[in-house]
Amino acid sequence: MTAAGLTKRSKIVSNKTMSFWEKIYLPAIIHGMWITAGHLFRKKTTVRYPEVKREFSEIYRGKHVLKRDDEGRERCTACGLCAVACPAEAITMVAAERKPGEENLYREEKYASTYEINMLRCIFCGLCEEACPKEAIFLTKEIVNADYDRDKFIYGKELLVEPMDPLKRIDVSKRQTPEVLEFKKDRNQRHNVH
Amino acid sequence: MLKVIIDNIEIQVEEGTTILQAARMIGGKVVPPAMCYYSKLKDSGGKCRSCLVKVVKGSAKDPRPVPKLVASCSTPVQDGMVVENTLSAEVQEARKGVVEMLLINHPLDCPVCDQAGECDLQDLSFGFGMEETETIEPRREYPGIDIGPLIKLNMNRCIHCYRCVLAAEQLTKKRAHGMLYRGDTMEISTFIQTAIDNDFSGNMIDVCPVGALTDRTFRFRSRVWFLNPMDARRECGKCSGKVVAWMFGKEIYRITGRKDQFGEVEEFICNECRFEKKDINDWVIEGPRKIKRQSVISSNHYEQMKKGSIIHPIEGTTEPQE
Ligand code: SF4
Ligand code: SF4
Ligand code: SF4
Ligand code: SF4
Ligand code: FES
Repeated sequence: MTAAGLTKRSKIVSNKTMSFWEKIYLPAIIHGMWITAGHLFRKKTTVRYPEVKREFSEIYRGKHVLKRDDEGRERCTACGLCAVACPAEAITMVAAERKPGEENLYREEKYASTYEINMLRCIFCGLCEEACPKEAIFLTKEIVNADYDRDKFIYGKELLVEPMDPLKRIDVSKRQTPEVLEFKKDRNQRHNVH
Repeated sequence: MLKVIIDNIEIQVEEGTTILQAARMIGGKVVPPAMCYYSKLKDSGGKCRSCLVKVVKGSAKDPRPVPKLVASCSTPVQDGMVVENTLSAEVQEARKGVVEMLLINHPLDCPVCDQAGECDLQDLSFGFGMEETETIEPRREYPGIDIGPLIKLNMNRCIHCYRCVLAAEQLTKKRAHGMLYRGDTMEISTFIQTAIDNDFSGNMIDVCPVGALTDRTFRFRSRVWFLNPMDARRECGKCSGKVVAWMFGKEIYRITGRKDQFGEVEEFICNECRFEKKDINDWVIEGPRKIKRQSVISSNHYEQMKKGSIIHPIEGTTEPQE
């Protein structure tokens, strides 16, 4: 019985002496080079990023956006469900109460005064998007840029909230499932009234 | 001693015990949910109907079943009574209807509501509610009211359980708080917003099963599941000083009473402990408060992520009784 008994996968090493051709190694080297050369002429699997960019799927999970509603008010109400759903614990937020006169800025009585995602922690799983009851957070086709400084990867509201300008809005309709769109149509849901 | 059988479990109870109390003695899944009954408040119960059960055998003497479902919080047991809660499909169906009625005017704005995560109505709707609403009528809406500097009232969320009124009546000698109007226009009021400055008025926040009465000093500061609940105590001349401090790092965000497995506070605490002592040096921290594993408050608390084994199972991870 050999020591191989544990896994049954090991091979017994033979001590047979190599023949002359095996000893000069040349055939083995040429065989190896042949494989390498073969790969040189195959179609390349990589692209020359950033000159060339691959096409992204419509539902690629990249950098997040915090959406505004049709009237330009921030949808997020700092409910914390994205943060509790996040497996990487990348999201933090501080809530604040909306003051009279700020109704055009925030949809709900409560809003996120700060909202931060640590893009180094984020694994782009999309669970935050799934958890959000206000359809405030979505992942987008944009990617998070490289940087030299770790602090720059903590994205605050200035980087996450979409621009006010209706032309610069980020379209997430492709990410919304038919069920979600159906739900949004229902004006009886308080959620959709405004 | 009377013998009563609830969901096939037999228990001996004293005369005068209600079905709900008997079920609580058994514990576990047998216990019907209670939205208005509160064992520490006299005369509470009988309002919300979420505790309905079926009495299949009235008593040993008169074995006929009770024709209608009864509110277990206000029905005393009889000797030889046989009660069904989880076993009866009728009860489950009725409870679904009760939840629908409770939610008929409820905004369900849990993302904004400070009670979310520790709300009895949320648990009840999650357990028995339907996914969709059948009503199209607008819900009643009231503006938020500040009851004094410490308590926020959001009438939209109130389910008219009367607990706060009873608490105001029984804990504070002077009643400054009551119900106005009737039916779905019923409002709890502070009799034209006289601020309640009694030492124990803050307990209304704890007895309110929903987010209608919330702590203004904690308003929107955090969500309960981001905080660490710690048992804490201090020497207090007015109350026992035994509280739960909800902490974030070294900071105390809010103080509440210690709630038992049925969501009732063990002891009422005074306003000084609740609202004024937010400094960690005011308290002796005893250790983490045990929270039900199923609660969202327990999520991301890593002590629960230990890997259990067959030989050393983690306490509470085997099929929970409650
Ligand atoms: S995508 Fe996933 S990891 Fe990234 S913030 Fe959202 S939930 Fe967290
Ligand atoms: S993004 Fe959505 S889930 Fe996250 S805090 Fe805002 S409303 Fe809640
Ligand atoms: S009271 Fe409960 S169910 Fe109602 S909004 Fe608040 S958390 Fe949600
Ligand atoms: S405010 Fe709360 S405790 Fe008072 S009746 Fe309404 S739901 Fe019950
Ligand atoms: S708890 Fe029994 S009726 Fe409300």
